[in-house]
Amino acid sequence: MTSDQIRQVILEILERIAPDEDLTDLDDVRPFREQMELDSMDFLDIVMELRKMYRIQIPEEDYSNLNTMAGTVSYLLPRLKDVAVGA
Amino acid sequence: MRYDTVIIGAGMSGLSAGVRLAYFEKSVCILERHTTIGGLNSFYRLRKRNYDVGLHAVTNYAEPGTKQGPLSKLLRQLRMKWEDFDLRPQLRSSIVFPDCALHFTNQFNFFVEQISAAFPQQIDGFRRLVARIAEHDALDLERSTLSARQVVSEYIRDPLLLDMIFCPLMFYGSATPHDMDFNQFVIMFKSIFHEGFGRPFDGIRLILKRLVKHFKALGGHLKLHAGVQEIRQTNGVATSVLLEDGTEIEADNVLSSAGAAETMRMVDPNAPLLKAEPGDISFVESISVLDCEPASLGHRDTIVFYSDSKNFHYERPNVPVDLRSGIVCSPNNFDYSQPLEDGRIRITALADPHYWLNLPEEEYVAAKDYWNSQIIQSALRHLPDFRPHVIDTDVFTPRTIRRFTGHVNGCVYGAPQKFVNGQTSVRNLYLCGTDQGFLGIVGAMLSGITIANRYLLK
Repeated sequence: MTSDQIRQVILEILERIAPDEDLTDLDDVRPFREQMELDSMDFLDIVMELRKMYRIQIPEEDYSNLNTMAGTVSYLLPRLKDVAVGA
Repeated sequence: MRYDTVIIGAGMSGLSAGVRLAYFEKSVCILERHTTIGGLNSFYRLRKRNYDVGLHAVTNYAEPGTKQGPLSKLLRQLRMKWEDFDLRPQLRSSIVFPDCALHFTNQFNFFVEQISAAFPQQIDGFRRLVARIAEHDALDLERSTLSARQVVSEYIRDPLLLDMIFCPLMFYGSATPHDMDFNQFVIMFKSIFHEGFGRPFDGIRLILKRLVKHFKALGGHLKLHAGVQEIRQTNGVATSVLLEDGTEIEADNVLSSAGAAETMRMVDPNAPLLKAEPGDISFVESISVLDCEPASLGHRDTIVFYSDSKNFHYERPNVPVDLRSGIVCSPNNFDYSQPLEDGRIRITALADPHYWLNLPEEEYVAAKDYWNSQIIQSALRHLPDFRPHVIDTDVFTPRTIRRFTGHVNGCVYGAPQKFVNGQTSVRNLYLCGTDQGFLGIVGAMLSGITIANRYLLK
């Protein structure tokens, strides 16, 4: 997957977890939590959705990489480079 | 078949836990002893009419689209939509004590104004109490218990106001007499006064049926009429459950919403590994079906909590029904876009479970009739005489509650002692639901979700 494709996947996950949020103006470099109501339960769901969709295990010590969209994309890029969209 | 998790009980907490586990591709089977879903919050049909077993209102109301609060959190976690619950807000509820009435709606400021007008000396203390409640993390699973009366009386000096605040909170969730744990108080205070009441037009069956449909679509299994006789364990690890019909189902984990004492009896009927006393706070409820809307008789309140003495007595009475206090609920008095099919008045009062559970079968029906008329008579101080309009009646007692829930004393809010972290002395056996300690319908669902997230999704 490319960066753009990963970004799209994360957006879709966020829409599932927080359907009442408007994500059109999401700023990729600002933390998710500053821009939407996302508690620790929701945050864990991002990790679990990724595991469900792409069988990717994200260890707890890496969670800090997932605070922003840009951080999440760059963290996932090498890990998902050989994975097809919708795999 | 071997499951990742077997869940005991298809009530709100068990179904919600099941949805979470199935959504994240765990193999999960929910076992329900009864022939229908819902547990404490079930539903039934009688003489061609639909009834809810226990529902007065769903607490924790929030407007659709709200991003914060328990209801929003719950819908997100279940990947369900606001329309799935179809909650319509209450009109107005009241707390009525001798010479004093306080009203509240789903707008918390209205309640603050009511207290300010009726108890001007207490309003500053009340505001400080609200601030204390706001900073309390009620979802912390590792906290110790604290007397709510002790904490709240530091802020509220007037004993009448103190009891008026406690009355709805205890009626709608306290498993303990006289007092409750401060954490439970916070949960109830937020869910009733801050957030308020709502109800689906079709009653509780709507939410339950949506949950089951969602659960099954995710691949979850549900077995009705599947009472668990025994939870089998080896060296403190649960290995399987044995059903009453002799079927054995293997599982890596067992999550039980059957109650703490009830669950530990399934592990070992003779030597409980965990001290878990069943509670004995229970109720009798009189349900009247009317040929008109209660509002047409002048009754517009959604719920009225009443006590005819300044001291509110919340305890197991030593008479069959405690007529000194009660709750009047009219499911018609919510903000629907169309009227319900018929008028309903539900009146609930504290009852002695020992009397109702030990009553010989041949006396049971007559006792229900007698106490039904007594309860109505006593509640008529707080609503217009609706008796000429009654076209059907049903009554539930602690006996009914035991039948639906399996709770030993027909207790509604479970055991006095809660098991907040959900753990038991059996390593992979967890508790959710009433005895885990989150209260109300939204609380019960969050209980299932929280315990599933914490232990069963790793």
